[in-house]
Amino acid sequence: MSNLIAHWNYFLVIALMMIGFYAVIARGNMVKKMVGLTIFQTSVFMLYISMGKVANGTAPILTGDATTLYANPLPHVLILTAIVVGVATTAVGYALIIRVYESYGTIEDDELIKIIEAEENAEASNA
Amino acid sequence: MAGDMLILALLGLPLLASALVLVLRDKPNLRDGQALLIGLITAACAIELYGRADGDTLFILSLAVGLDISFTPEPLGKLFALVAGVLWPVATLYTVGYMRGAGEENHTRFMFFYAIAIHAAMGIALSGNLLTLFVFYELLTFSTYPLVTHKGTPEAMRAGRIYLGILVASSVILLLLGVIGIWVLTSTLDFATGGILAGHIDPFYVPLLLALFAFGIGKAALMPLHRWLPAAMVAPTPVSALLHAVAVVKAGVFTVLKVAVYVFGIDFLRETGSSDWLVWLASFSILAASIVAMSKTNLKARLAYSTISQLGYIVLGAALATSLAASGAALHIAAHAAGKITLFFCAGAIYVAHHLTDIKEMNGLGRVMPVTFTAFALGALSIIGVPPLAGAWSKIMLMGGALDNGHLAVLAVLMLSSLLNLVYLGEIVLRGFFAAPSHGLKSEAVQEAPLTMVLPLCLTALMSLALFFAVDVFILDFGG
Amino acid sequence: MMQHLPILQVLLPLLGAPLAALLRGRDMAWGLALLLTGAAFLISIILFSQQQMTGETLVYDLGGWPAPIGIVYVIDAASALVLPVISGIAFVATIAARRLVEAEIDARDHALFYAAWLLTIAGMLGQVTTGDAFNIFVFLEISSLSAYALVAMGAGRDRRALPAAFNYLILGTVGATFYVIGLGLLYMLTGTLNLMDLSERLADVQSTRAAFTALAFIALGLFLKMALFPLHFWLVPAYAHAPSAVSALMAATATKVSVYVLIRLVFGVFGIDFPGLADAVGLLVLTLGIAGAFVGTLAAILETDLKKLFAQSSIAQLGYMAIGIGAMSATGLAAAFIHLFNHALMKAALFLAIGAIAAQVGRASMGTIQGAGRQIPLTMTAILVGGLALIGVPLTAGFISKLYLVRALLEQDFWLLAALTFISSALALAYVWKIIEAAWLKERPKGAPVLVETPVHYVPAWLMVIATIGFGIFASPLVDAAYAAAHVFIGGAR
Repeated sequence: MSNLIAHWNYFLVIALMMIGFYAVIARGNMVKKMVGLTIFQTSVFMLYISMGKVANGTAPILTGDATTLYANPLPHVLILTAIVVGVATTAVGYALIIRVYESYGTIEDDELIKIIEAEENAEASNA
Repeated sequence: MAGDMLILALLGLPLLASALVLVLRDKPNLRDGQALLIGLITAACAIELYGRADGDTLFILSLAVGLDISFTPEPLGKLFALVAGVLWPVATLYTVGYMRGAGEENHTRFMFFYAIAIHAAMGIALSGNLLTLFVFYELLTFSTYPLVTHKGTPEAMRAGRIYLGILVASSVILLLLGVIGIWVLTSTLDFATGGILAGHIDPFYVPLLLALFAFGIGKAALMPLHRWLPAAMVAPTPVSALLHAVAVVKAGVFTVLKVAVYVFGIDFLRETGSSDWLVWLASFSILAASIVAMSKTNLKARLAYSTISQLGYIVLGAALATSLAASGAALHIAAHAAGKITLFFCAGAIYVAHHLTDIKEMNGLGRVMPVTFTAFALGALSIIGVPPLAGAWSKIMLMGGALDNGHLAVLAVLMLSSLLNLVYLGEIVLRGFFAAPSHGLKSEAVQEAPLTMVLPLCLTALMSLALFFAVDVFILDFGG
Repeated sequence: MMQHLPILQVLLPLLGAPLAALLRGRDMAWGLALLLTGAAFLISIILFSQQQMTGETLVYDLGGWPAPIGIVYVIDAASALVLPVISGIAFVATIAARRLVEAEIDARDHALFYAAWLLTIAGMLGQVTTGDAFNIFVFLEISSLSAYALVAMGAGRDRRALPAAFNYLILGTVGATFYVIGLGLLYMLTGTLNLMDLSERLADVQSTRAAFTALAFIALGLFLKMALFPLHFWLVPAYAHAPSAVSALMAATATKVSVYVLIRLVFGVFGIDFPGLADAVGLLVLTLGIAGAFVGTLAAILETDLKKLFAQSSIAQLGYMAIGIGAMSATGLAAAFIHLFNHALMKAALFLAIGAIAAQVGRASMGTIQGAGRQIPLTMTAILVGGLALIGVPLTAGFISKLYLVRALLEQDFWLLAALTFISSALALAYVWKIIEAAWLKERPKGAPVLVETPVHYVPAWLMVIATIGFGIFASPLVDAAYAAAHVFIGGAR
C-alpha cells in the first residue's frame, strides 16, 4: 500500500496520459484533438521530471556549497527540449486547423469526412 | 569454335536479330531476311554444339555470393537448344508468309519479341543453375506476352491477362519458392548429374518439394494450370506454332525434366517414391486433355488440348523416374516439337488460304490442299505414335519405363491415349480427304497457301519422318 | 575536415534551412538545396567507403565531450549503409523538385518550401548518424514537423492535403511521444541515453517488467512512424495529397529511417537475447508484416489514383521489411536492409515518374494515363520497370530483396509464410498490369491533354531506374554491406 502512495506521481502521469490520449482518439473536433495531444505530451514531461527528483534534493543550480543534494538535472534538460518540440507541434497543428477551417468551413471530423468522400467519389467517377 | 563461344553465339544471335529488326524496321524484306539468315546460323551453331562433348561453361556474372548467371550445356539442354535453334528459322520463314498473307499489322514489334523469346529459350536450355534458369524462364513469359496480345482486341488482352496471371503467379509463388528452398537446403543452385538433393532433405518432404516445381512450372501446362494454353490460341498462328508447340511449352517440360534429373536425381526419386503422385496426375492430364480435345471443333483449340495431353507424356516420363522413361521423355520433346509444329503450320495455312478455322467446314479440303493435308497426316501420325514417325519411339520408351517401374496402369493410359489421338486427329485427316465438300469451299481447284508457308510445313513433316530413322542421335543416357 | 564529416553530414542541410528561407530570388533556394544535398550525398559516400575499407566504427564526439557524458555520432556498418540511400534519394529528388515545385506550389512559398525540405532531410540524416537515443527523438521530430508542413503545402493544388497533414501530425506525434515514454523508462532503469552504453547497462536489468514495457512503448512508437499495419492509416492520404516532390522524397526515405531506428533500438539496445524479444515480439512483427503486405497489395489493386496506389504498395513493402526483422536472424536483418535500400530506389523512381505526370495534368490516375505509352514512353517505361521491381522480376533490385527475404524465412522453416510472401508479391502483378494496359494497350481519349516529356521530367526517375536494375544485376556490394550491417546487431555466420 505504501508503494502505491509512494508512486503517486506515476499514477498522475498515467491519468493525464489516458485523458489526453482519449481526447485525441475519441473526439472529432480538431481543436479538441490538439488539446488532448498537448495533455498527452505534458503527462510525459511529468514522467521525466518526477523521476528526476532525488529525495531531499533541491533545484539543480550550483551554489558553491559542496554538501547540497541536487535533483537530477538531465531530465529537466530533456524536457526543455521536448517542450520546445511540443510548442512547435502545437503551432503547426493549430496553423493547419486554421487552414482547414478556411478551406472547408468546418473542423469537425465527421463533416470533413463527408466532404472529402464526396470529392473522392466525384473524382473516381471522372478518373 | 571454342565451346563457350558457341554458347555465347546461341545466346547472342537471337539478340542480334532482335536489334537488327528494330534498326531495319522500315525495310521489311531486309528485316525479315536477316532474321532468317541469323536463324540459319543459329541452327548451325545448335547442331554443332549438340555434336560436342560436354564440359564448357560460360560464366556471365555473379549477382551475389552463390547466385551466378552461368551456362553449362548438357545433353538434355543441348537437345532443347537444338530443337529451338533448328525450328526457329523454319518458323521465321513461315511467319513472314503468314503475316503478309493474313494481313497482320505491327510486324516489327512481332519479330522483335519473337527473337527475344528464342533468346530466352536458349537461356533456359543452356542454363547451368536454377537461378539462371529462373531468370530466363521469367524473361520468356514477359517476352511472349506482347506476342500473345498481338492482335490488340479485347479477347487478346483478356487472353494475355490469363497467360501472364497463371504463368507469373505459378512461377513466383511456387517455382521461386522451390528454388530458394533448394538454395537453403543444399546451399547451391547448380545442376549436377544424379541430383543435388540426396542427403539434404527428409524423404517425407520430397513429394511436397516436387509439387512446388510441378505446379510452379506453369509452362508445362500440367492440369489444373493449363488454362493459359487454350487462351493463348487467340494469338496469330506463328506464335502458337513456335511458342506454344515448341518454345514456351517445351521450356516448361524441359524444366520439369531437368529439375527431375539434375536437381532431384532419378535414383533419388525412385528410391523415395516421391514422384508416384505425379505419375497419376500426369496420366490424368494426358487423358482428360485428350477427351476435351475431342469436343473442340475449332482446329487450334483442338491442337492446344492435344499439346496439353502430349506435354503430359513428358511429365510422365520425368515422374516414372527411370532412365528409359527419362530418355523417352527427352526424345518426345524433339518428336512432339516436329509433329506439333507441322500441325500448327497446317492450321495457319488453312486459315490464310481459305479463312477456315472450324473443323466442320474443312470437309473435302484435303483435295484442295493436298500437300498441306499430307503433311498434317504425317504430323498426326507422329503424335499418335505410329511408325515410321518419330513419336513411335518415344511412346515405346515411355512404355518401357512404365514397365521398369511396375506402373502397369500407365501402359493402359498410354495406349488409350494413342487411341484417343487417333480419333480426334484422324477425324481431321479423314474429313479432309474423304468427306464431301462443305458449303464453305468455293471451288475444287487446288489452292494451297503461299510457298513461304507450305515449304516450312513440308520441312517439319519430313523432320518427323527423318527423326524416326535417325533416332539414335537423340536418345540420351541418363544413367541409373 | 575529414574527421568532422559525421557532423557535417547533418549540419550542412540543417544550417542551410534558415538560409534557404531568406533567399527570395528565383530558384536561389532551390540552388542552395541542390548544393547542400549534393554535398550531403558526397559526404555519405565518403563515410561509407571509409567505413567499408577500415571496417571500424567511426565515433565523433560532439563538442569534444566523450560518451557517455556527451552526445556522439556513430558511423558503423549499418548507418554507413543507410546514409547514402537517404542522401542520394534526397539529392535526386531535389534535382527533380525544381520543375515539380514550379508547377505545383505558389512562387512566394518556394523559399519556405526548400527550408522545410532541407530540415526534413537534415532530420532524417540526424536520426541515422546519431548514437544518442534522445537525439534520435529530437531529429525525429525535426524531420516530422517539417514533413507535416511539406505535406500541407500541397493544399494549393489539392486541399485534402490539409486534413491529411493534420492526421499525420496527430498520429506522428503520438508515435514520437510513445517513443519518449519508452525512453524515459529506459533512462530510469539505466541512467544513460547513449545507445552503446544503454545496451551494456540494460543487460543487468533486462528481466524487469519495466524493461519490457520500455521495449513495448518504443517499438509501438516506431511501428507508428514506419506505418506498420495496422498503424498505417496516416500514410496514404499524406503521400497522395502532398506535392509530387514531397511524395517522392518521403515515400522513399521517411519510413525507411524509422525502420532503421527500430532495428537500431530493438536489436542494438535491447539485443536479440532480450527475454521475450525473439519469440513474442518476433512473432508479432512477422504477423503484422505479412498482414500489411496483403492489405497494402489488395488496397493497391482497388485504387485508380496512382499516388494512392503506390502509397498502398509502400505499406506492403514495409510489411516485407517487417518480415525480415521478425525473422530474428542475421539473414532476416540483412534482407530487411537490402529491401530498405532497394525499395527506396524503386519507390523514388515510381513517384518521380508519377510526379512528372501529375505536374502536367494535375492528377496521375488510370484515367489520365490512358494511351500515355506513346506520348511519354520514357516516363511510362520508368513506371514499368519500377512496377516489375515491386513484383520481384529477376534482374531488378526487387528480386534480390525477395530472394534474401524468403531465404531468411526458409532458414527458420517458415515455409507457409514464405509462400504467403510470394503470393502477395504475385498479387502486385495485378495493379502493375492495370497500369501497363492503361498506358500501352488503350488509346488516348480525344480531348485529353497531350503529355510531354523533357529530360527534366524523366532523367531523375531514370537515374533511379538505372540504379534499380544496376543493383539487381550487381547485387554483391549491397548484399555484403547488408550482411555487414546485420552483423553489427546479430553476430554469426551468413
